[in-house]
Amino acid sequence: MGTFFTIIVMAVLVNNFVVVQFLGICPFLGVSKKTSSALGMGVAVTLVMTITCLITYPLYEYILVPLGLEYLEIIVFIFVIAALVQMIERAIRKFSPPLYRAMGIYLPLITTNCAVLGVAELVIDKAQMMSLLGVTSMNVGYAVLYGLLAGVGFTASIVIMSGLREKIDRLKLPKALKGFPITMLAACFMAMGFYVFNMIG
Amino acid sequence: MTGQRFKQISLDGLLRNNPTFRLVLGTCPTLALSTAAFNGIGMGLAVTFILICSNVLISLLRKAIPDAVRIPAFVIIIATFVTIVRMVLDKFIPSLYESMGVYLPLIVVNCIILGRAESFASKNKVLDSALDGLFTGLGFTCALTLLGMIREVLGSGSLFGLQLWDFKIGFFSSSAGAFFVYGMSIALFNHIYAKVENKIRSKNFAVRIMPSPDLADPQNTLAEDAEAIAARTQSGADAVEAKERGSADAKSNGGED
Repeated sequence: MGTFFTIIVMAVLVNNFVVVQFLGICPFLGVSKKTSSALGMGVAVTLVMTITCLITYPLYEYILVPLGLEYLEIIVFIFVIAALVQMIERAIRKFSPPLYRAMGIYLPLITTNCAVLGVAELVIDKAQMMSLLGVTSMNVGYAVLYGLLAGVGFTASIVIMSGLREKIDRLKLPKALKGFPITMLAACFMAMGFYVFNMIG
Repeated sequence: MTGQRFKQISLDGLLRNNPTFRLVLGTCPTLALSTAAFNGIGMGLAVTFILICSNVLISLLRKAIPDAVRIPAFVIIIATFVTIVRMVLDKFIPSLYESMGVYLPLIVVNCIILGRAESFASKNKVLDSALDGLFTGLGFTCALTLLGMIREVLGSGSLFGLQLWDFKIGFFSSSAGAFFVYGMSIALFNHIYAKVENKIRSKNFAVRIMPSPDLADPQNTLAEDAEAIAARTQSGADAVEAKERGSADAKSNGGED
């Protein structure tokens, strides 16, 4: 249980996907104007990231590596993600129209989201992954767990950001700071907050 | 291609539509790889190379690619060039390959490249697209190098790996410092840009009354333009005569220091 807790803290807080590793900054800045849309985006990204890890890790480990085709990983992964996003979109539209209305519009954006390709690339780097999670061996289970937790970290930071921005919008600001600059400054303070968790790690 | 067109494409890429400061695209590598100036240059040049290649190929194939599947086609083209760059870097510059880490494969989903493919290369001639790729890429490279230099000097007291002094502020090499420097740079760039644009607009108004001289050599006019803009930027940053912008100027300048 101790390790499990450590993994959660390491993946969600210490190595937060957005403010520490700088992955998925585009949606972090672009879709964080309202809390509801931020939450929708976060959940959609988490879902896609988890399933992506479930598919790409075995694909790389058991098909590409034995065949000596590691250099094709980028092309294969981007194909898998694009197809996966399409399938998830169809499935959600078919089985749960309310859920589709809530997060359907974010799904097409996810294909070109660097967080998803980033997690697929990260989990196949075994040495880095083991030190990051603090485990001694790597398998599909850990890969999927990391995908899920990285998604949770992404959701947490994008939701916090949207809360901050709803407040920032009401401030009187110099013209030059409006828009992206003040959002970056808010992110700067968020990153400082997350930096504190380094002490625990 | 006329000189006017060349001037337009180059200025668009470098200043008017600067991907980093004006459009705020490709933010992930910008934030992650601006820790040192050398990383910034490496990333910038990798993106520039891929941007030129993908723009040329997409422009060549623009009539052959059906509209419905154009995005997947673009992504495959870009992914191919990224794979090539990755193999070359792995073989010849392993230190840069190491420091770029996961952000190298992530060039595939960099919005700058897909954005230029979608908005420029799929509609324009090959030569124009190549130039657009070159100048957009150079705009990105310059911005990344600049941010890298600021962060490297303040965060580790060195420049391009050369130790300058022992004074360092750890904040600037942390992730919070990345957001801070980037945000402040956008603010400063936009502020100066707005001032320069105002000046040019008022000058154009004056030119319209008098006959304007012909623009002869594109290379010359470009150099002149760059000089003129640099001069104006200097005076714009110095003279704080605008009343309501005064506070903004002071703030963004203060932040940069």
